[in-house]
Amino acid sequence: MSTIPLAVKGPVAGQARAASARRAPLALLAVGLVVALLSLLPLAYLAIRAAGADDQALAFVLRPRTIEILVSTVALAALVGSGSVLVGVPVAWLTARARLPGRRFWSILTVVPLAIPSYVTGFAFVAAFGPRGALQDLLAPLGVERLPEIYGLPGAALVLVLATYPYVVLSVRAGFLAEDRSLEDAGRTLGDDRRAVFRRVTLPLLAPAIAAGALLAVLYAISDFGAVSLLQFDSLSRAVYVQYRAAFDRSLAAVLALLLVGLTIAVTWGEARVRARARSYIARAPRRPVEPVDLGRWAWPAVAFLGAVVGLALGVPVVAIAFWLARGIRAGDGIDVLGAAVGETFATGVAAAAVAITLALPVGVLVARHPSVIARLVERSSYVGFALPGVALALALVFLSTNLVPALYQTLALLIAAYGIRYLPQALGGVRAALVRLGTRPEESARTLGDGPAAAFVRATLPAVRPTLLAGAALVFLTVVKELPMALILGPIGFETLATEIWGAASEGFYARAAAPAAILLVLSAATVAVLVRDEASPG
Amino acid sequence: MLSLAIVLAACTPNASPGGSGPAGSASPASARATGLTVYSGRSEELVAPLIEQFRNATGIDVQVKYGDTAELAATILEEGDASPADVFFAQDGGALGALAAEGRLTTLPSALLDLVDPRFRSDDGQWVGVSGRARVAVYNTAELEAADMPDSILGFTDPAWKGRLGWAPTNGSFQAFVTALRVLEGEDAARAWLEGVQANEPRVYEGNDPALLAVGAGEIHVAFINHYYLMRKLAEEPDFAAANHFFGAGDPGALVNVAGAGILTTAPHADAAHDFVAFLLTDESQRYFAEETFEYPLVEGIAADPKLVPLDEIDSPDMDLSDLDDLAGTLALLREVGIL
Repeated sequence: MSTIPLAVKGPVAGQARAASARRAPLALLAVGLVVALLSLLPLAYLAIRAAGADDQALAFVLRPRTIEILVSTVALAALVGSGSVLVGVPVAWLTARARLPGRRFWSILTVVPLAIPSYVTGFAFVAAFGPRGALQDLLAPLGVERLPEIYGLPGAALVLVLATYPYVVLSVRAGFLAEDRSLEDAGRTLGDDRRAVFRRVTLPLLAPAIAAGALLAVLYAISDFGAVSLLQFDSLSRAVYVQYRAAFDRSLAAVLALLLVGLTIAVTWGEARVRARARSYIARAPRRPVEPVDLGRWAWPAVAFLGAVVGLALGVPVVAIAFWLARGIRAGDGIDVLGAAVGETFATGVAAAAVAITLALPVGVLVARHPSVIARLVERSSYVGFALPGVALALALVFLSTNLVPALYQTLALLIAAYGIRYLPQALGGVRAALVRLGTRPEESARTLGDGPAAAFVRATLPAVRPTLLAGAALVFLTVVKELPMALILGPIGFETLATEIWGAASEGFYARAAAPAAILLVLSAATVAVLVRDEASPG
Repeated sequence: MLSLAIVLAACTPNASPGGSGPAGSASPASARATGLTVYSGRSEELVAPLIEQFRNATGIDVQVKYGDTAELAATILEEGDASPADVFFAQDGGALGALAAEGRLTTLPSALLDLVDPRFRSDDGQWVGVSGRARVAVYNTAELEAADMPDSILGFTDPAWKGRLGWAPTNGSFQAFVTALRVLEGEDAARAWLEGVQANEPRVYEGNDPALLAVGAGEIHVAFINHYYLMRKLAEEPDFAAANHFFGAGDPGALVNVAGAGILTTAPHADAAHDFVAFLLTDESQRYFAEETFEYPLVEGIAADPKLVPLDEIDSPDMDLSDLDDLAGTLALLREVGIL
């Protein structure tokens, strides 16, 4: 990081500091504290449950098997974090900065994998690349006896990288599109070639965006259950499920979940450090976009790379779904009308996204404009729920709501609120970055024209962060529509989403009947991604 | 926030009588004034047609919450006295046993219990089995034939099986089998078997279905699962390359376990709950289990699928399923051996 050019420290950085000196309005602090409280409540539940394990707890944590699982989880987090960056950054660069055949098409397709539940991808990978899977069958005539092992860490990491690299793409692509060319021009005038400029200017500028995307990828990976279990990899999250599922043991599950919370705190702390070191460099409002790069003879290798990524992350699961769908239709399974499930899935996703961005805006303003110990606490605590395994969070909410607000229990309102708060980090990162980038100058101009603080915010800042808010909302929507354990446990009786339909059929082995809802989920999500990418391209 | 309110209003579950409006206008208690709430660990695919029949036959408005058996058991425990559930319909006896152990299930009337062989219900009458599932070793027919299978499941500790086995140690049915092994053969023998199989490096699957698919694909040669997974697979794919091997002679590997139901002590609609459990034991429902899920009907006089070895010909170990209640001991053993 010592290569960060000093030249970019400009007036905007100073302005951000001036803003930070201002005390946060009480209303913002209140919203922030409520969010933090709600995010941390499940921790209180976990502590209560873990206390139930009393003297067993420490022995359980220190037994070799638990330590082994903890180490495995850290390894998985490291591989998924670095893998998502190694795939996501080049994809973002190619789709944001390069003259590429079918750039728009690739922009959409490279993000669609976000919509595929990890249990679907995991299943498709085992079917395709497992021992005696489809690939093995294809290669058998060529004398290939054994494929590299898919089970365990390599397979789990691969599937999770493919499921999470779009987080890095979205975050970094926003960074690329928002970058002002003057910074890179400055690098060029200092005599650097394009590659050196990328290394010395662009990458450091993007460090916070890369870290933000990788953070979401890592937190997703450590909370994931579907892919790790199908690929037979023991992570902490799977261990938590095993304690519930096999043992009905809520105490030891809570002990493991607390370990996971510890890991989350370490990960968010790391991300915050990266961001703190690079904070002031993207603070720039008006911009001249950087000219796209001609790839020349590299154009086709680049397309091949994108094709490979999309083929693995999207193609494999889509082929698996199509295969089961075709088999179901051949076997005469009518494709049931899934109208109710589609409606409820869509409505829940939209409502949860609305809750998330309604909270992300005030919390984002608090974090970006009024940094303080409290603001940091609010931000970090919001990540806790995101990294907890769904079943642990869902059971925490069962306990808390039946004991504190029984009227809310098993209502859609509770489920939607829980989603909104759990997935808040997906909207918060972008909003915070957009607010920092924008600075306070537009708002100050509005104030000088006679607007009050609120009116100035609505007139000057809100329109500018609107695309980011929409992108955050789309991300939350994509995550909610594929979420399973919370929908099953917290959903009102009779509540059906596409994810619960897929689960209901697949858990009994009726894969053919699971294919139709999976296909609809995919189409719904692809449409959302298309909207997201369109908004991305029209600067606010 | 206005748009949120509209969306919330729009996605209220379609007009269930009594309304479970999300805004909390009607308290859940009043919403439960009529009807019946079933928590089902058995999937909607299987249960929904049965529920429909019950609804038509009795006019009782049934609401069903579907989910994973263990997660629903944990949910009922977390809900405590506030639980809206009347009936817990579980995939395995272990989950019912866990609720019974916490004092959450009522004693069922003997008129219901007596319909089912005492082997397939709880000793103190807190739950009743409604369908039976036999443990089998499913094997790949391209690699093995029936004659290659050992006489007892204990034979799979032979190093000849190294790298050829699969199991699903998180699965309730598997754990019930391990508990049976402990009861029948003793703690040390059970540990020796687990360690012996573990030494053969079995592949670990998340459930019976993935294990079965792996057998069919030849990824492994043998898996320890319940009998009906293969039957369903064969109905979908008649040339699927696998066969069930039933152990005999009272072998622990021949355990027959149940899916069953119990009524909660906190049930808001105890009468309707009783009607529902009785309905699961009618000839009509029993026939449904035999035909749709390939399980064994447990009420006298209803025949199982003709392709199955008849229930009374399975020489299942002579034991009381209520003795399978020491799940905690089994889990401790599985943890100790390093399987969980």
